[in-house]
Amino acid sequence: MDRRQFFLTTATVCAGGVPANTTRAEEVKEPKEFSAVLVDTTRCIGCRSCEVACSVTHGNYVPDIKNDGALEKVRDTSEKQWTVVNRFETEKGEVFVKKQCLHCWQPACAAACLVNAMLKTKEGPVTWDGDKCMGCRFCMVSCPFDMPKFEYSGWNPKIQKCNMCYDRLLEGKKPACVESCPTDALMFGQKRELMEVARHRVYSHPDKYVHHIYGEQEAGGTGWLYLSAVPFEKIGFRTDLGTTPYPEYTREFLISVPLIEFGVPAFLLALNMLTDRKDEVQENHGWKDE
Amino acid sequence: MNNAAVFTGELRSFLKFFLQELKPRGKWLTPFNVISIPTIILGLIILYFRFTEGLGSVTNLSQQFPFGFWIGFDVMTGVALAGGAYVICFVVYVMRLEKYHCIVKVTVLNGLLAYVFYSGALVLDLGRPWHIINPIIGNSFGYNSVLFLVSWHFLLYMIVLFVEFSPTIAEWAHWEKLRKFLTGLTLGAVIIGITLSILHQSGVGAMFLMAKPKIHPLWYSEYIPLLYFVSSIFAGLSMIIFEGSISHKVFSNLIGEKTHHSHDEIVLGLAKAAAITMFVYYFFLAFIFMHGDKWKFINTPWGYWYLVEVIGFVLIPCFMFAYAVRNRRLGVIRVAAAMAIFGVVLNRQNICLIAFNWYAENRYYPSWQEIVVTLMVVFVEIWVFRWIVTRMSVFSKE
Repeated sequence: MDRRQFFLTTATVCAGGVPANTTRAEEVKEPKEFSAVLVDTTRCIGCRSCEVACSVTHGNYVPDIKNDGALEKVRDTSEKQWTVVNRFETEKGEVFVKKQCLHCWQPACAAACLVNAMLKTKEGPVTWDGDKCMGCRFCMVSCPFDMPKFEYSGWNPKIQKCNMCYDRLLEGKKPACVESCPTDALMFGQKRELMEVARHRVYSHPDKYVHHIYGEQEAGGTGWLYLSAVPFEKIGFRTDLGTTPYPEYTREFLISVPLIEFGVPAFLLALNMLTDRKDEVQENHGWKDE
Repeated sequence: MNNAAVFTGELRSFLKFFLQELKPRGKWLTPFNVISIPTIILGLIILYFRFTEGLGSVTNLSQQFPFGFWIGFDVMTGVALAGGAYVICFVVYVMRLEKYHCIVKVTVLNGLLAYVFYSGALVLDLGRPWHIINPIIGNSFGYNSVLFLVSWHFLLYMIVLFVEFSPTIAEWAHWEKLRKFLTGLTLGAVIIGITLSILHQSGVGAMFLMAKPKIHPLWYSEYIPLLYFVSSIFAGLSMIIFEGSISHKVFSNLIGEKTHHSHDEIVLGLAKAAAITMFVYYFFLAFIFMHGDKWKFINTPWGYWYLVEVIGFVLIPCFMFAYAVRNRRLGVIRVAAAMAIFGVVLNRQNICLIAFNWYAENRYYPSWQEIVVTLMVVFVEIWVFRWIVTRMSVFSKE
């Protein structure tokens, strides 16, 4: 390998490593902050208007909220319904909790997706692109909140989850669920503002709220924030997810890839040359012949 | 005489030769055919429903268990068990241990077919398989994804294995010049192949790194990629021993006298390597166990299940290999190889299906359709393997 070729190879390898450098969200300062929603569970009355508004907006299954008695059991979102409201009996009485995709700051699903079908948009919502998705369901395995849902029936399945009404946001509107909420349990804004609102509520009513804002730190921080009167594990939240953004768990492995890709072949070639006994055998042979 | 005419003439004679070779040889009504043909037909019927009615019509996959038997067994386990190809290539072409040269071709062929069929089984599991081309052609590269890396490495490694095996194909087709050229590519292909293998064997494990809150802490650790890589070494070695002992019975007429005799020595050598690798693997497991302070999980049903895997199907076969090598007990080696293979199968199932969402109330069990399709994939692979070894000089004739 001459010098020119060496520089060329090095340059190519370095260029190959470049895309991996832009994965850390905190290194890139966004000019505009991500959109977010604050859910105050103490204000929610369980009317499920948000469920209806969501399904109507996105053409999903519209539940019969008057008669279906769905609050009797704890439900999960599904491929037919992007958001559900659940009722929990607690020491402070009934608590209603809306459930949907939390739109993580650094989403595991987007890091898992090999075709960028799951995408953290610069506005904040995590969206899904059916023209790219190949249906591998790795996003479902990776999401700590189990939010992406897959259509197991039908030859052309989609991944279904809340997209925070991305189209409406682009038009300058609020998400449909926020607009439909009659009690202001849902509040739309930017995360920094909403954190101030949330802290202010906790501060001014220290007995009413637990002193924790779910989503501030969970899984590296999420776009949806929750306030609650009772500990979060009692109203269906996982509190064991940690504060590390999930893409960080695969980061070290991904960084080692170019190192191994460059180092191991060189090492193997060296081993191969080291074990070459052709000359040695010939020498011995020659020595014997003498 | 112009070149085109020569070429068409060559092509025509090759096609004739190929059609001749395509015809079956030997008896039709063997026990294997009697079992495999109905299974393959049934599998194809199931696949028809899978592609028209959706995955839910034939599998037990659910929102909580997005990965099922087709991923957990076919892809995850199949890839680990195909690890023998890169291990033997390392031994023969990089370390130049000529003793193992006579098993290279068959091992590479096994690896190639395993990758084509088992990572090919991934296509059956994809919801929108027609988009499988997306990460390859470059309209959307998910650089941050472990799966992006794994899928590229699967593809490249399949090409590499094909290059490694191609001299045998050229020999069969009597393309002498091409064979010489392709043989010259072998060392390069081997070196690239080993590198790709290290990365995708561990990459398959790295796919579960983000599933941290879902996998039982006894199975989850940040070292999953390392464990997957090390276990693929002894899984591959055990598979060579296992397959070798079957091939030497079933295809004994194809294998030369000298190779037949040296086979025992080869098996002993492989078993020695397997014993050492398994002990390293066990040491890693023990280290991770101590380091993660996982004693508190041991006295639970999950803990017992973990011990079944780690003691029963790692440590015991490891000692069996060591004992059998010392005392030249080939029977024991075969049992140990089978146990080690089962241990790797168990480990992959545990991480992917059993200890995954371990707190879930509705467990996942593969449906009979999922099992039939898996058997179909295995049987078709054996059919192709049999077709190739009875026509090309895969086994050493010496």
